[in-house]
Amino acid sequence: MSLQIFIPQDTTALALGAEKVSSAMAHALERRGLNTNITRNGSRGMFWLEPLVEVQIGSARQAFGPVNASDVESILDAVQSNLDGTAKIDHPLHLGEVDQIDYLATQQRLTFKRSGVADPTCITSYQRLEGFVGLTKALSMTGQAIVDELKNSGLRGRGGAAFPAGIKWQTVLDTAGEQKYIVCNADEGDSGTFADRLLMESDPYQLIEGMTIAGLAVGANQGYIYLRSEYPVAHKILNIAIERATDAGFLGANVCNSGRDFFLEVRLGAGAYICGEETSLLESLEGKRGMVRTKPPLPAIEGLFGKPTVVNNVLTLGAVASILEQGSDTYKNFGMGRSRGTLAVQLAGNVKRGGLIELAFGVTLRQVVEDFGCGTFSGRPIRAIQMGGPLGAFLPESQWDTPLDYEAFAAIKAMIGHGGIVVFDDTVDMAAQARFAMEFCVIESCGKCTPCRIGSTRGVEVIDRIVANEDRDNNLILLHDLCDTMELGSLCAMGGMTPFPVRSALTYFKEDFGISSSRDH
Amino acid sequence: MLEKDSNVDQLIDQFKTLPGGLLPLLHAVKQLLKCVPDSVVDPIAKGFNLSRAEVHGVISFYHDFNTHPGGHHTVQICRAEACQSMGSRHIESHAKQSLGIDYGETTADGLITLEPVYCLGNCACSPSVRIDDDIHARVDQSRFDQLMTELTTVNANTSGVSS
Repeated sequence: MSLQIFIPQDTTALALGAEKVSSAMAHALERRGLNTNITRNGSRGMFWLEPLVEVQIGSARQAFGPVNASDVESILDAVQSNLDGTAKIDHPLHLGEVDQIDYLATQQRLTFKRSGVADPTCITSYQRLEGFVGLTKALSMTGQAIVDELKNSGLRGRGGAAFPAGIKWQTVLDTAGEQKYIVCNADEGDSGTFADRLLMESDPYQLIEGMTIAGLAVGANQGYIYLRSEYPVAHKILNIAIERATDAGFLGANVCNSGRDFFLEVRLGAGAYICGEETSLLESLEGKRGMVRTKPPLPAIEGLFGKPTVVNNVLTLGAVASILEQGSDTYKNFGMGRSRGTLAVQLAGNVKRGGLIELAFGVTLRQVVEDFGCGTFSGRPIRAIQMGGPLGAFLPESQWDTPLDYEAFAAIKAMIGHGGIVVFDDTVDMAAQARFAMEFCVIESCGKCTPCRIGSTRGVEVIDRIVANEDRDNNLILLHDLCDTMELGSLCAMGGMTPFPVRSALTYFKEDFGISSSRDH
Repeated sequence: MLEKDSNVDQLIDQFKTLPGGLLPLLHAVKQLLKCVPDSVVDPIAKGFNLSRAEVHGVISFYHDFNTHPGGHHTVQICRAEACQSMGSRHIESHAKQSLGIDYGETTADGLITLEPVYCLGNCACSPSVRIDDDIHARVDQSRFDQLMTELTTVNANTSGVSS
């Protein structure tokens, strides 16, 4: 029976030694005289099992993980003694068939359905797995019909702001202009998030397809992926994918012989968190300092180089491909309320089983952390959960039963944002975390508006005084006042939402600031 | 140095007509010279028809564009929340102490420059450290020491840098 071996090449697998495993595997196969291919696939997103090696025997893909280079020989022994597939594979790292692993089997994978299945740069594999079906449909539709399909899906921007994607596209479609642009925001800077990276590293053609569909919909012939420089692996894979898609006629001049053009280029950021904010990103793409612009004008009307521009997150554009492929009705049947479709939850931090979990909206935070995460990595009790990146609130246990739904989170002054969940155990010092939130704002503020630029610096100082018990009562009043100013007076979410983690820490974990919990501040 | 000047001029010619070409140019300059020195501001300003202040403003805005060359290797420690939840604050202090340098500084032998970084997208297996273009997961103090020893050994063998 034929064997095929899969070893992931995404950042996390590589960071855990996948390269060593791969070269050990190649040597072992050679020594055994086995003529077996090693495919470097993407990751399934079950990061706590990486490097996750899959061995395909017949049609079943048997998973082993986490694998060290020293485990390779014994895995091959176990596999070779069961080549007819009749006996049970006897190996301590054997996890069964990969599709049957609970963590994966209980997810609703739409955007990430191909993640980890094949070599991410192989265009034939992508097509075999329903790739470019959405694009083919889009090529036979009018721009308005594509936008209508997107509107009907209920898809909201997955970058964090959750603005209805169809309405943004409609504005760009309706704005007259010879030149329009599609910009993909791949500046995934929030701590605890890695879904964009996983999609780009494990299924880059889906992003390319989504962007091309966007171009067809609104009449744009040029796209840019603004990628953060902290993602060197994604950079390499995207460039290969763009080159191959162009060679195969899915990108560039005359896409699929349709007479329509769509050119795509990756542009690297340069280590500025603020460039994840869409107007700052556009400034940066234009070769300028990443200073936030005032809105209006909206980027949909005056965006990149002053032209009508769609700016969407990686996951939004990725979802577009599957919405066109499967139909908007299928997509909107997932979810709850006004949060339709699936959310790519990223479980991170001090957690036993961290990874990518794609689920329909509506599941509670507790279900994700307990059922998928299985508690903390340290084995200590969970004390706080930060959802939505560095600008997201810290949630105490009383709020963990909140369903993952944009409106439900807004109601408790928290946010889903880009879907990142960072778990902290009971050793966390919440005053230090609140201070860090302000400090991060000091480091990453673009400096355009005063509440963000100066307010964050004063915020660090005031928190230090509160913790040191210098005139604590008055400094607490001052901190709340400062938070009000930042929330109400900042140009963008950087200054406007930095108070969220600060205030939630102060409200729910006041003992860490030296305030007795019986007092109400 | 003259050869480098002409290389920079070539890069300017290559990128000046590219829409939004300044950032790609600065990345290319950094790759060539290991930094973006003050000496390139003037030719870039001329080539892009910008003021020196505008060019300087862009270079100074972004963390990636250091104006002085760092060490042979850049070691970045993630300071973001997911890594903090897994003890990155201890790795930070251990790194500073064991290398004898603070963030933004280079070891006396010119081997290692230490920098903070805010998220490497490896948050399910924190704490993370990036060494040049390689990212390492679940780095504790002993793993950090091991990685630094590997750097020292590799360089002693290949480039003659004393350790």
